[in-house]
Amino acid sequence: MNPYKKNDNCLQLAAKMTKNYFLHAYEWLRKMLLFLLMFLPLQLFAVEDFYHFDTPAQQERFAALTSQLRCLVCQNQNLSESNAPLAADLRQQVYQHMQRGQSDKQIVDYLVARYGDFILYRPPINAATLGLWLGPLIFLFLSVLYLLFYIRKKQ
Amino acid sequence: MNVLKQTRFILPLIIFILIFALLWRGLNLHPNQIPSPLIGKPAPTFSLPTLFDAKKVTTNKDFFGHVTLMNVWATWCVACAEEHHALVQLAQNKTVFFYGLNYKDDVTAAKKWLKQYGNPYRIVAVDQDGAAAIDWGVYGSPETFVLDKKGMIRYKHIGPIDTDSWEKNLKPLIEKLQHEPV
Repeated sequence: MNPYKKNDNCLQLAAKMTKNYFLHAYEWLRKMLLFLLMFLPLQLFAVEDFYHFDTPAQQERFAALTSQLRCLVCQNQNLSESNAPLAADLRQQVYQHMQRGQSDKQIVDYLVARYGDFILYRPPINAATLGLWLGPLIFLFLSVLYLLFYIRKKQ
Repeated sequence: MNVLKQTRFILPLIIFILIFALLWRGLNLHPNQIPSPLIGKPAPTFSLPTLFDAKKVTTNKDFFGHVTLMNVWATWCVACAEEHHALVQLAQNKTVFFYGLNYKDDVTAAKKWLKQYGNPYRIVAVDQDGAAAIDWGVYGSPETFVLDKKGMIRYKHIGPIDTDSWEKNLKPLIEKLQHEPV
């Protein structure tokens, strides 16, 4: 629909054009914002508890610790990401142990004693996990062996 | 070289069978049932108020002298409602000491629940903030521990108890533990 009429005077035309311009600009902006919203990382909504730390280094330590510990309820999330009530409780435990001046190892050992190695995203090397740790190396070794064999045969 | 030519067809088959076996095993695993490192260890020490009398205190000493079924439950836990009827019925046999740990729950709601649906527990401890449950390695209720007469944790059952798990795992173990000396 054309909003402009033949008998519009100069002022009316200018007003209509401005209005039209803003309407278009608004519509464009709205679409653009909706489009940009798609790219907003969901991580922005990750859990934020407000723990007080004396130094930024401590805060980093807390972040590092909670990101290497598994949430046991939602097992593909770590403690720092998870919204599960248990994850909040365990974050609280980690914080309290830190405030008591315990080392990372002490805190991790405390949790492993209760929840087992499962709480660790990086499993320790032992008889049960040997295959997990050495598997890729063995696979690589066999592949290289096969490759060498294959090349020699071709020559 | 002749050997290589022959094995050429067998090798992919072997790899296929290996991967198949691995994945088949994976299908039957229960990664949500995390094995407890506490099995074979004494119950963690704690001191908690009891549900029906907040002034009365219950400790890990309450496990000594009898085989205990320690059940972690809450009124907000849907699966707990599922197993509750079975627990009430099993408690009637009095073969095992039923101990309840009320986990992060509303005390009034918990009392009401037990009055309404029956109380299988001889003692109910109140763990309001869930700190005691962390010492037990609890990550989701219901969870049930079987303790021997010395107060050692011998078994952990994750999820609701049903007739199947009771007959297969819990009952034989409890009977075995009954025969062990105090």
